[in-house]
Amino acid sequence: MNWTLPENIATYGGKIDAVFWVITIVTAIAFVLVEVGIIWFTIRYRQREGRRAHYTHGDKNLEILWTAIPALAMVVLGIYSAGVWADIKGRESAPAESLHIGVRAKQFEWNVTYAGADEVLGTNDDFTIRNQLHFPANEPILVWLEAEDVLHSFFIPQLRVKQDAVPGMTIPVWFEATRSGEFQIGCAELCGLGHYRMRARVFIHEQADYEAWVGEQIASRGQTGEAEETELATAASAPEAADEPASTHDHSAGGM
Amino acid sequence: MATIVAQPTGVPVVEEHHEMSFIRKYIFSTDHKVIGIQFLFLSLFFLLVGGLLAMMMRWQLAWPGKAMPFGGLFPEAMAPGGIMLPEFYNSLVTMHGTFMVFFAIMLLLVGVYANYLIPLQIGAPDMAFPRLNMISFWLAVPAGVIALASFAVEGGAAGAGWTSYAPLSALPEASGVSLGQQMWIVSLVILGLSSILGSTNYITTVINMRAPGMTWMRLPLTVWALFITAILALLAMPVLSGALIMLLFDQTLGTHFFLPASGGQPLLWQHLFWFFGHPEVYILILPAMGFASEILAVGSRKPVFGYKAMVGAIIAIAFLGWIVWGHHMFQSGMNPVLGTTFMVSTLVIAVPSAIKTFNWMGTMWRGNLHLHSPMLFAIGFVMLFVIGGLSGIFMASAPFDIFIHDTYFIVAHIHYVLFGGALFAIFGAIYYWYPKMFGRMMSERWGKIHFGLTFIFFNLAFFPMHTQGLAGMMRRLYDTSGYTHTADIQDTHLLISFSAFALFASGAIFAFNFFWSMFRGERAPDNPWNATTLEWQTPSPPKHGNWEEAPVVYHGPHEYSHPDVTDKDWLAQNERPDVVSPARH
Repeated sequence: MNWTLPENIATYGGKIDAVFWVITIVTAIAFVLVEVGIIWFTIRYRQREGRRAHYTHGDKNLEILWTAIPALAMVVLGIYSAGVWADIKGRESAPAESLHIGVRAKQFEWNVTYAGADEVLGTNDDFTIRNQLHFPANEPILVWLEAEDVLHSFFIPQLRVKQDAVPGMTIPVWFEATRSGEFQIGCAELCGLGHYRMRARVFIHEQADYEAWVGEQIASRGQTGEAEETELATAASAPEAADEPASTHDHSAGGM
Repeated sequence: MATIVAQPTGVPVVEEHHEMSFIRKYIFSTDHKVIGIQFLFLSLFFLLVGGLLAMMMRWQLAWPGKAMPFGGLFPEAMAPGGIMLPEFYNSLVTMHGTFMVFFAIMLLLVGVYANYLIPLQIGAPDMAFPRLNMISFWLAVPAGVIALASFAVEGGAAGAGWTSYAPLSALPEASGVSLGQQMWIVSLVILGLSSILGSTNYITTVINMRAPGMTWMRLPLTVWALFITAILALLAMPVLSGALIMLLFDQTLGTHFFLPASGGQPLLWQHLFWFFGHPEVYILILPAMGFASEILAVGSRKPVFGYKAMVGAIIAIAFLGWIVWGHHMFQSGMNPVLGTTFMVSTLVIAVPSAIKTFNWMGTMWRGNLHLHSPMLFAIGFVMLFVIGGLSGIFMASAPFDIFIHDTYFIVAHIHYVLFGGALFAIFGAIYYWYPKMFGRMMSERWGKIHFGLTFIFFNLAFFPMHTQGLAGMMRRLYDTSGYTHTADIQDTHLLISFSAFALFASGAIFAFNFFWSMFRGERAPDNPWNATTLEWQTPSPPKHGNWEEAPVVYHGPHEYSHPDVTDKDWLAQNERPDVVSPARH
């Protein structure tokens, strides 16, 4: 059994994991204190002939003590968490210089839109790929998240990022990966009968590889003279293959 | 109870209660005790149904795509060849939550025990509005029937989760469910009406019908908890009903409250649902806290430690419960600044829960603990509620909630609170008040075995879900095997499913004990637990009208082991001070 979080590859992931460990330590102390206390009392004070319980209605000092300590712990935790929250999800938290990518979720796929040759999102040369998110490591990424039909939730566990996609809203989501590799987007909000298989492949490239990949995409689209949605044959997007165990996926880059 | 009725002739006659017909006595009864028992059978039935749905989900999660045992019994639209379809799984997720939250736990806590206990514990002959009470039960029945019947209609039962987030719940073309979702809405609107009528009754009864001497600070903690719960329900249920009717209009009349196409707002549903839903969470735990407090005092032979702090904590939770709903929506797209404020209020609400926990420990400290079945379940309640409370802190912290939101960590948390918490207290309450309800004792031996097995298999089934959540396993997935990041813990599903099956099976011991004792159990004395509260100072079971002589209250609710009372270790609330020595309480 696994007892911790998956590998962290996000620049801000360390802060989230630190919150986890702080809460784990605080709650572990409370947990041991209470559970050991209850078990000890249950054994120590179990019924015996001739014993009479100690008659008391309580103790004001104890009452104040065990109100104040949790209250203090919660206030400290709240202030600490609020800082981390603002750093990650605050409206002003995204770095100014980011690579912009559009992600539009619909039942049951992730459509990813990349800025074309002009490197500006929302222009005619944008191109869209279904169920594949490509971006470079060590560069802040700003995803403009939308949903077409119902709620979905954009979740990449190793990047410590989760954000609901809401029809009618465009929500900025930022992250920065510390290494290249291949991962998955999962949908974390129940979105219908295909919810369980609504996933996409995430390719985090080294900077040079990413530029080469973008170049290839622009070139291949330039040849056909079309900038329309392209679907690449991948295990993740082929419905009949979606239920296969992930380990059988072919991770070779040939399809790109 | 006898009433004097002025006859037209002018001659006063004492009218005895006539033998009532079977229908008036047991079916359309206005007696709060009969209504409480009716709710008990109804809610235990839905507990069984909810459990069965969970077993089917556990089969699919452990052995995805394998034919279920008895799977051939299901129609093609649910499980062709016995293999569950994803849309049927979504219906199971939705209806398991709906039945457990609204028809099992809520009815067990409030329908059963508010009805049964409030008049008995405050020394009243019945509820303030007995007919309203009867209507409240007879609304809950069709609500349940409609929810059950929705499985049989075209498109199946609702499949958008027990929270029915819009737009999925509002768009039949997106969910594949139309009539089933509408029946879900109608069912809950009717149940909401039942709850509103019941709550009006409980509040009025507690305020107006307390026996002489039953001051607010002499109310048993169960009554305090049920009273505050009724206020929460009275204020929260209309919000749900309003939201449900808007959702029904979106479905059927073409309105767009929750649909962005014409300016609607999907997040509005979440705000309305959780504005109801978070008080609802406390509706589902406050009465359980009341039962546990009371049983711990009786079992420990001590007064409740910090009674006033306990009452204060209940009231504090009830106030704070209204300003924490946004913690369900940290990742919803709501303004992150709002997330910060909801995080603070949510962390604050942990404090009264901590106060209650420490006071329960204080109640046990230096007691003389009688470890009978109700006491074991009450101790189990505290041990498991603590885990659910502490795991709540992880998700209350908005930045860490980014990771665990909508994962199995949340599933683990909700079950530690609602099963480990509420249901353990309910089992304790059933064992504890059974002798009063049915005039017979449940088997102690089988009660203890039931406790042991339930405690072990509950933890084996739900604790590993924390680890699945920490690994990032999303909830409400028909098949979790397609994700690389959770491949290592996929086999945890086997442990969980086997434990869940064993947990369900240990419920059979309870069911057997429950029905067998009704006919064969040892005859119960009036006060088998030597308890102080008023319901134990009247025959088991109490007659229509409850009291042969209207009680007068002289003492606090949990006077155990008073040093001035030497011949026994308890002092009933209505024992006259000139008969027993202390006059201090």
